[in-house]
Amino acid sequence: MASISARRLRKELSEIHVEGCPVGINLLSADNFEQWLLSLEVMGESQYPGEVFALKFRFDPNYPISSPAVQFVVDGKYTSPVHPHVYSNGHICASILGNEWSPVLSVIGICVTLQSMLASCKKKERPQDNDRYVLHAPDNPKKTRFHYDVDTV
Amino acid sequence: MSDFEYSDEEADYFYDDEEEMDTQEDGSAPSDDDMDMETFNDDFRVTGKGKRKSYEVECEPLSKSDVEKLMQQDVDHISGIFGVDDTTASLLLRFMDWNKEKLIEKYMDNASAISISAGISQPSIPSLPPPIRASSLSRGVEKPATRRSVRSAPSVSAKLLTKTKSLEPFVCPICFDDTQSDTMSLSCDHAFCTSCWNAYITSKIREEGEHWIRCMAEGCSLVAPDPFVKSALGTDTATWERFQELLVRHFVSHNRNLKYCPYPECTYTVSCPSAASKSSLASMVPTVTCGASPDHQFCFGCAIESDHRPVICAVASMWLRKCRDDSETANWIKSNTKECNKCQSTIEKNGGCNHMTCKKCKHEFCWVCMGPWSEHGTAWYSCNRYDEKASQDARDSQSKSRASLERYLHYYNRWANHEQSAKLSMELHAKTEKKMEEMQITSALTWIEVQFMKKAVDEVFKCRMTLKWTYAMAYYLEKGNEKELFEDNQRDLEKAVEDLSELLEQPIEADNIPTLRQKVTDKTVYVQKRNEIMLEDTANGFLEGRWTWNGTVEGFD
Ligand SMILES: [Zn+2]
Ligand SMILES: [Zn+2]
Ligand SMILES: [Zn+2]
Ligand SMILES: [Zn+2]
Ligand SMILES: [Zn+2]
Ligand SMILES: [Zn+2]
Repeated sequence: MASISARRLRKELSEIHVEGCPVGINLLSADNFEQWLLSLEVMGESQYPGEVFALKFRFDPNYPISSPAVQFVVDGKYTSPVHPHVYSNGHICASILGNEWSPVLSVIGICVTLQSMLASCKKKERPQDNDRYVLHAPDNPKKTRFHYDVDTV
Repeated sequence: MSDFEYSDEEADYFYDDEEEMDTQEDGSAPSDDDMDMETFNDDFRVTGKGKRKSYEVECEPLSKSDVEKLMQQDVDHISGIFGVDDTTASLLLRFMDWNKEKLIEKYMDNASAISISAGISQPSIPSLPPPIRASSLSRGVEKPATRRSVRSAPSVSAKLLTKTKSLEPFVCPICFDDTQSDTMSLSCDHAFCTSCWNAYITSKIREEGEHWIRCMAEGCSLVAPDPFVKSALGTDTATWERFQELLVRHFVSHNRNLKYCPYPECTYTVSCPSAASKSSLASMVPTVTCGASPDHQFCFGCAIESDHRPVICAVASMWLRKCRDDSETANWIKSNTKECNKCQSTIEKNGGCNHMTCKKCKHEFCWVCMGPWSEHGTAWYSCNRYDEKASQDARDSQSKSRASLERYLHYYNRWANHEQSAKLSMELHAKTEKKMEEMQITSALTWIEVQFMKKAVDEVFKCRMTLKWTYAMAYYLEKGNEKELFEDNQRDLEKAVEDLSELLEQPIEADNIPTLRQKVTDKTVYVQKRNEIMLEDTANGFLEGRWTWNGTVEGFD
């Protein structure tokens, strides 16, 4: 049996090519089935006018049964959006990436959800425990077991 | 979200000296020696068997199926009251963390609401536009929030699973494999191919250790009941077993009277109601053993160490915290080498005994306090007791913080030394044992006749563990008569252990074995007796409220 993750990502890629990405989302690179990069912009009125972010997706062979590792890119070019659920190292505390992950969710589905998470932001601020977390955070955000807020996305 | 943990840090504690503690030797013992072993053990028996000692706690080991019976009792109780089937009752109980009273209250209050929360039934009003368009991936934020509150009665008894062989071509919205024809769905009708269900449920159980397995559809909160899980796993009985183990663990973790055995792979549980309350831990050390193996010893009250008697959990944990905080200042003591204070040559400790003799100048001294060994034989000399007066006088010019560090180091030094010596004596024993085996071949000794060393080493190890923790306790004990009595017992045990240790390090020759055997056996019996006294008196002291602390200890006023 060919790897489910490869077949599934091939399918997602072809849908992106056929249907295109939703507004504000663009595919930056998808050269293999291990790591993809997408850019993300919040459209309309928001706390992030003109800001463009990049999302890094890392897939393991168990995708989509297990969730991809998703984080905002922080490098010379991109920064992590200032948001109460996003750490300055790019890690995101969102239940859909953790215990509420559904194998039905797609890469684009995640982008749309994160886009709406940013769009609904009222106040630009970091999570309370940002410094403590970032200091000890593992490279892979999936290694962190976040305790989600009730109001979580 | 202000809280998180890293998954690689959440490893359950376990005490990894199984090999050292294992008394079962590779079956080399001929069976007719078992009887001898019994009489042999009798040589070492100090007090009569049967009566529980004050430092022992009453507990009952439970196997996995014993616990499953307890779970079934609760399930029967709930299904009887609510008139629902076992599967539904189990899900409700798991959802309420096995709190029956709370479950009954909530169910009586609003049965449909709790059935929805427990993943048994779906909110029926604007039901999800089921199911997924076969070829399209979920792209949107079809948020579960759009599903509003519900009035209708719970469909508790509704079909919980369907397994269909559909006729029209089915494309699984997860794997996009159109060759799969077997699909499964919960009562929500979110259909996925059987192999995706299998992969998903296996991953939840195996990778995440999760027994609460929700439907794979986005935002669907229905939970897979046991028959569904079993059916999806098919022939994979190992994963099904693991699933049941997770259920048992979940039940145990929410019952104060029960604790799961922390040893890897072990599936036993220990029931110990007398140590269930926090307040009980202020007057007892509940060291228990699971039914799987006598080596599976652990503390019912904490995860600090398998056996930290005689000191109670709260004090043991205070001590460890202190050691961790002060580890840098104390680190130098841990080093394995010291200088002879007569000739300054370097001396390495390689056995468990504290009686050191400098190879160069033959100066005999104590490894722990560096004092001359000759004085350790006399009654007035106490290596275990921190002499506040003497050290204060000697260090009059030094600052108070320096003095408190010295005081701490006195206890820490001895604490760490017993731990290290215990390990070293085990290592030494491994060498001795080899020699004994050789001797058994070359001489007329029987297997049983060379076992006395093993027994003695085990006893030394055990007593050093006791001693180790007595130093943690003494550090926090308030000065006074009670502490002095405690330290007298400590000193007597320590001296007995050091004597036996020294005996064990003597060169063994075939012709001195009978005498050595007698000496070692006598000393072992004595050491055992001293250990009993130490443990018993300390335990009684807790029961009688005799111990007072020089600081605040949890559970004491
Ligand atoms: Zn599938
Ligand atoms: Zn569903
Ligand atoms: Zn066990
Ligand atoms: Zn304890
Ligand atoms: Zn010397
Ligand atoms: Zn000494």
